[in-house]
Amino acid sequence: MIPEIGHFALIVALFLACCLGVLPIIGAARDNAVLMGAARPLAYGQFVFLSIAFVCLTYAFVANDFSVLYVAQHSNSQLPAIYKVSAVWGGHEGSLLLWSFLLAGWILAVALFSRHLPGEMVARVLGVMGLVSVGFLLFMLLTSNPFERLLPAAADGRDLNPLLQDPGLVIHPPMLYMGYVGFSVAFAFAIAALLGGRMDATWARWSRPWTTVAWVFMTGGIAIGSWWAYYELGWGGWWFWDPVENASFMPWLIGTALIHSLAVTEKRGAFKSWTVLLAIAAFSLSLMGTFLVRSGVLTSVHSFAADPKRGIFILSFLVVVIGASLLLFAWRAPKIGLGGKFDLLSREALLLSNNVLLSVAAASVFIGTLYPLFMDALGQGKLSVGPPYFEAVFVPLMVPMVLMMGLGPLARWKKFSAPELAKRIRWAFASAVLIALLLPLTMGEWSAMVALGLLLAFWIIASTMLSLRERLAGRGSFMQRARGQPLSYYGMQSAHLGVAIFIIGVTLVNGYETERDVRMEVGDTLREGGYEFRFNGATEIEGPNYMAAKGHMTVSKKGKLVTELYPEKRQYNASGMPMTEAAIDTGWLGDLYVSLGEPIPDSNGAWAVRVYIKPFVDWIWAGCLLMALGGVLAISDRRYRLHRKAGAVKRGAQDKIGMGNILATEGKQS
Amino acid sequence: MKPRQKKFVFIAVAVAALALVVGLVLNALENNVSLYFTPTQVFNNEAPHGRSFRIGGLVQEGSVKREADGLTVNFVITDKHKSIPVVFKGILPDLFTEGKGVVAQGRVEADGVMRADEVLAKHDENYMAPEAADALKKAETANAAAATPASAPAAPAAK
Repeated sequence: MIPEIGHFALIVALFLACCLGVLPIIGAARDNAVLMGAARPLAYGQFVFLSIAFVCLTYAFVANDFSVLYVAQHSNSQLPAIYKVSAVWGGHEGSLLLWSFLLAGWILAVALFSRHLPGEMVARVLGVMGLVSVGFLLFMLLTSNPFERLLPAAADGRDLNPLLQDPGLVIHPPMLYMGYVGFSVAFAFAIAALLGGRMDATWARWSRPWTTVAWVFMTGGIAIGSWWAYYELGWGGWWFWDPVENASFMPWLIGTALIHSLAVTEKRGAFKSWTVLLAIAAFSLSLMGTFLVRSGVLTSVHSFAADPKRGIFILSFLVVVIGASLLLFAWRAPKIGLGGKFDLLSREALLLSNNVLLSVAAASVFIGTLYPLFMDALGQGKLSVGPPYFEAVFVPLMVPMVLMMGLGPLARWKKFSAPELAKRIRWAFASAVLIALLLPLTMGEWSAMVALGLLLAFWIIASTMLSLRERLAGRGSFMQRARGQPLSYYGMQSAHLGVAIFIIGVTLVNGYETERDVRMEVGDTLREGGYEFRFNGATEIEGPNYMAAKGHMTVSKKGKLVTELYPEKRQYNASGMPMTEAAIDTGWLGDLYVSLGEPIPDSNGAWAVRVYIKPFVDWIWAGCLLMALGGVLAISDRRYRLHRKAGAVKRGAQDKIGMGNILATEGKQS
Repeated sequence: MKPRQKKFVFIAVAVAALALVVGLVLNALENNVSLYFTPTQVFNNEAPHGRSFRIGGLVQEGSVKREADGLTVNFVITDKHKSIPVVFKGILPDLFTEGKGVVAQGRVEADGVMRADEVLAKHDENYMAPEAADALKKAETANAAAATPASAPAAPAAK
């Protein structure tokens, strides 16, 4: 009964979404207040019914209802309770439900927090999001219904993929999806601006915080995914340039370009068309990412053939969304105009260059990810594009980007003088060069790549210091001036420092990591990087839904005990799948990483063992955390709350004077 | 600079940058694409010599043998018609099992043995790497076309 209620709730939600996608947009076009006013109640209703559907599916998992096909495929009565809940999004159908549920949540949030916006803007934004929701709900109901019954019911479920039975995977997909879905808000704002034919600084200020929130979620989601891959896959890698990872990385790159482009549109009124285009691209890539990953198209073109209904729906949905928004863009963009003028040497020009570099980087990832797919579809044979491709393309693109990233916050808007800027930055740059040349000598072997990475990182740090000094030095007490800076300024610097920390992590782990695969007898000792790893054998243990061999390794340095590590090799009961659980000793300066390979036959308890030393690897995720924190600081900025109140008052007159006011009030910050 | 000159400089810089990027991408693609081959294709000498490529198929039952060092593994990849021996030194992925799908990347030496740098087995018991499934299917159809019974692995491939 419960699954049928869920199914019915989905159908009602689809009906409400259809109304939401049509009525308010017609209302906005005809200036009909009643139709526009329907947007909010419809948004609330849709959220209520999707919540019901989501709760029903979760209930089916928790109650072990194996008469539901999706539950039987992705759960098992032995599965620990927390993983029963996360198993809801462990497969294709449930992920789609999560996506739609989160989308309804974002729509609800926009409906609740948009009281200060003009009515027709709200109507259009909610309407566009409603249309997106229609697409997803139709897809779910027509091709991938999570509530489909299995008759007769299975005695027990097939269990959740052991790889997904992990705390990291409990939060990674919802966070990433919050990011994917969040870009639909930026997209809806862009489409609403195109429909209304009006786009000014106030528009940018409205859509900016939403975009930043989505970006924060996405940054967090990708970081957690990478961290999970590091400790769960047992290979010690943190990024594999796997199609599934690339699918989330592309919208992130474009999203990063978008939040910077929005900043320029808000503060200078420039880059208007470009901003709209980025918003469309970010959401299109999010859509593509969700569909391609979950439908399995990326692993093989043949999954299209295996389920042609899904494949055709996905393709047509993508074509409709991307095609319609690009057509609309081509038709209406001339009306929006390009916006303010700026010099070749200006902060705008630096931001534009970085925007282009980020977009090109995303395009190169796109090519590398989809090239094999196209070749296969064209019958040109199977091939794969390996990580070296991405590294060869990425490094040359990121070097100029990071150099300009340091300059950006220091350069003036509109026009700067190159000699003057050079004079300001010379000491910061010189110190970065010096550190980059000398620091590798203390770490071990000097190498050009390590020096280059450190140069980029320390250049960001030095230029951030310089910017802080210029802002905080001067009259008044230090604390007063520090408090006088807007939060969004600190947000930007925190995110940029995050990039620096990230680069340090990547550079040092790539430059100085050591990996050893060895055969170890009980009592054997391996010397590596100043540590002694002693293998004390492995014992059989029993987990809640698996059996495992648990190894015991003592690590010491110069005779002193450092830590004891317990890597496991598990065999899950229901699926019979083996799993490697690595044991990691985490530290500020690096990780010690041990995982069990396989037992060596005809030996006295010997195992093949992986021993890795990963210097500074955790800085990679710490950097991502700082970037996300920067985003949080930026949206907490006071001016979003202040201008909200002000915006409600001057709504009518903002067209002409709005721009001037903003430049006047925000000129101080830049 | 006059606005027209400025525009010209801007366009010139953009075109140069674009050319640079396109060159970069093409060059990187050229050097880092690895092609897939089936054991039958490798047997027929269709795979490149002295260049790394990927081979997909099943791990032949009873073919996995470990050397005394515990790390060097010998096994045979088969598409049920032709088989290629592989040597790999290192730790195999969790899902590497006899009779299951596998993809190996490496070079085939003059002795016809592949020295693999990488062995991949995907993350699901039921799931077979598409390359492995493809190899089996190709070998199947090739043999059916030659009207030889599919149950005779020794039958010559139709080529």
